[in-house]
Amino acid sequence: MTPVASSYPAPPSPTRGLTSRIARVLPMPAGAGMARILVERNIMSYRHGWIAILTGFFEPVFYLFSLGIGLGGLIRVVTTDGGQSVPYAYFVAPALLATSAMNGAVFDSTFNVFFKLKFAKLYDSVLATPLGPRDVAVGEIAWSLIRGALYAAAFLVVAWLAGTVPSWWALLALPAATLIGFAFSAVGMFATTFMRSWVDFDYVNLAIQPMFLFSATFFPLALYPESVQWIVQCTPLYHGVALERGLMLGEVGPGLLVHVAYLAVLGLLGLVGAARRLEKLLLS
Amino acid sequence: MGASASTTTREATPPAPARWRPVFGSWLTAYKRTWRGSLFGRFLSPLMFLLSIGLGLGSLVDKSAGGVVGVPYLQYVVPGILAAQAMWVAMGESSYPVMGAIRWNMKYLAMLATPVGINDVLLGHLVYVAMQITGATAIFIGVAALFGSFSSWWVVLALPITVLTGMAFAVPVFAFSAKQETDGGFNILFRFIMTPLFLFSGIFFPVDQLPALLRPVAWVTPLWHGVEANRSLALGSPDFAAVAGHTAYLLVVIAVGGWLARRAFTKRLVV
Repeated sequence: MTPVASSYPAPPSPTRGLTSRIARVLPMPAGAGMARILVERNIMSYRHGWIAILTGFFEPVFYLFSLGIGLGGLIRVVTTDGGQSVPYAYFVAPALLATSAMNGAVFDSTFNVFFKLKFAKLYDSVLATPLGPRDVAVGEIAWSLIRGALYAAAFLVVAWLAGTVPSWWALLALPAATLIGFAFSAVGMFATTFMRSWVDFDYVNLAIQPMFLFSATFFPLALYPESVQWIVQCTPLYHGVALERGLMLGEVGPGLLVHVAYLAVLGLLGLVGAARRLEKLLLS
Repeated sequence: MGASASTTTREATPPAPARWRPVFGSWLTAYKRTWRGSLFGRFLSPLMFLLSIGLGLGSLVDKSAGGVVGVPYLQYVVPGILAAQAMWVAMGESSYPVMGAIRWNMKYLAMLATPVGINDVLLGHLVYVAMQITGATAIFIGVAALFGSFSSWWVVLALPITVLTGMAFAVPVFAFSAKQETDGGFNILFRFIMTPLFLFSGIFFPVDQLPALLRPVAWVTPLWHGVEANRSLALGSPDFAAVAGHTAYLLVVIAVGGWLARRAFTKRLVV
């Protein structure tokens, strides 16, 4: 891996953009506003790992065809929580988009980051440069979002070609998937800073699998018992699924903003937490 | 490896046919330190699948189509998930651990430095994998039975058949893992082979619903045979000729896989 020799950016002037001003208001550790260097590093290192990116795209597509065609043949019509009756494939496609955004973000920000943190010692070397812990957190999460957005865009195109996307609001499903990725990626990275060994990753699966199965992903919220509905509505994936479903089926209303707010707040908390933990782990 | 004289001089060395046992023992010892975590996952994850797919999704299917092939969706889907779980456990146990034992911690090499031979290393590890699959399957059958997922006691026979299904994946994957230089291949194996198998082998919906071109693909895979055999047993009116046919197919896959795995291990580990 060759270092980026061409042009390091000059250290930022005090009057930089909105993001760094927000960052200064938050209880956030130092960074040099050079998170993009880490993104560039990740892109270079993935030049030989493109097959991994390709496999990440196919998984949700397989699910879409299996559930849409196979189960869609058994379940003709579903009544959504918004009251519409839609074919099962319409119902499940947004859930698969949200789930794959979650999965991609979580695996990137847990397994990959843990490997870089503990074994490759990547961040130790990064912090020996002008980059700070905030750049590490922001850079890794941004990289994960770029990948997530690529997957989501590809999935949307496939779902649209398969005729399972009835509404033009679905164009907003792409930024929504990126928001879901942001929330999970930030929280995942925060959690990773507490991991001691690979065995601790069992807890990651323990959190992911129930959400995958029970966030109104495969069947509507109305089917759950009343008391369970309340628990389901607390989970982040539920909000992701509900947001995507609202957009892709065109059930758009101000209620969707609640989901957006939930995911944004979760992501910001995770981001601040991750940056502070990294500072503690790497610089003290 | 044919030094039978050593068995008389050194008491600690078991006779040649039983030398796979210490290999099995060493994997078991390692497992004794982590079994709690795995038990939790193995109990909880089938339970969650039952509740979500079997009961939740099942209620949609039953309402809309009145069940599948004349039975409630729960009873249709559970024997399939049983076989799929065996596949996933088998994959987990025969991918990273095998490659790790060759390339990362070199456990196999340490074993081969003792009187243990290549066949013992392979057999001992495979027996351990079979034990893992048996445990996971037994737990699943127990949990699923509590929910009324089976309508017949014949389901007891599904235990050995599910273990064979798992081994029909584990043994060939041993051969695959032994050949890998990096873990990149596993990504492809899991996502391009396992996931489609899981989704299109007649677990969640009958294979007849697939496009005609894809049906023969399902018939070739060991998973479909395991699913079919399990389902006919669990539903209580097994066609024994068909079950015997599926079992024979699984045994053939295991035998061919065993030959490949032995070749790959020898090539990789014996100088």
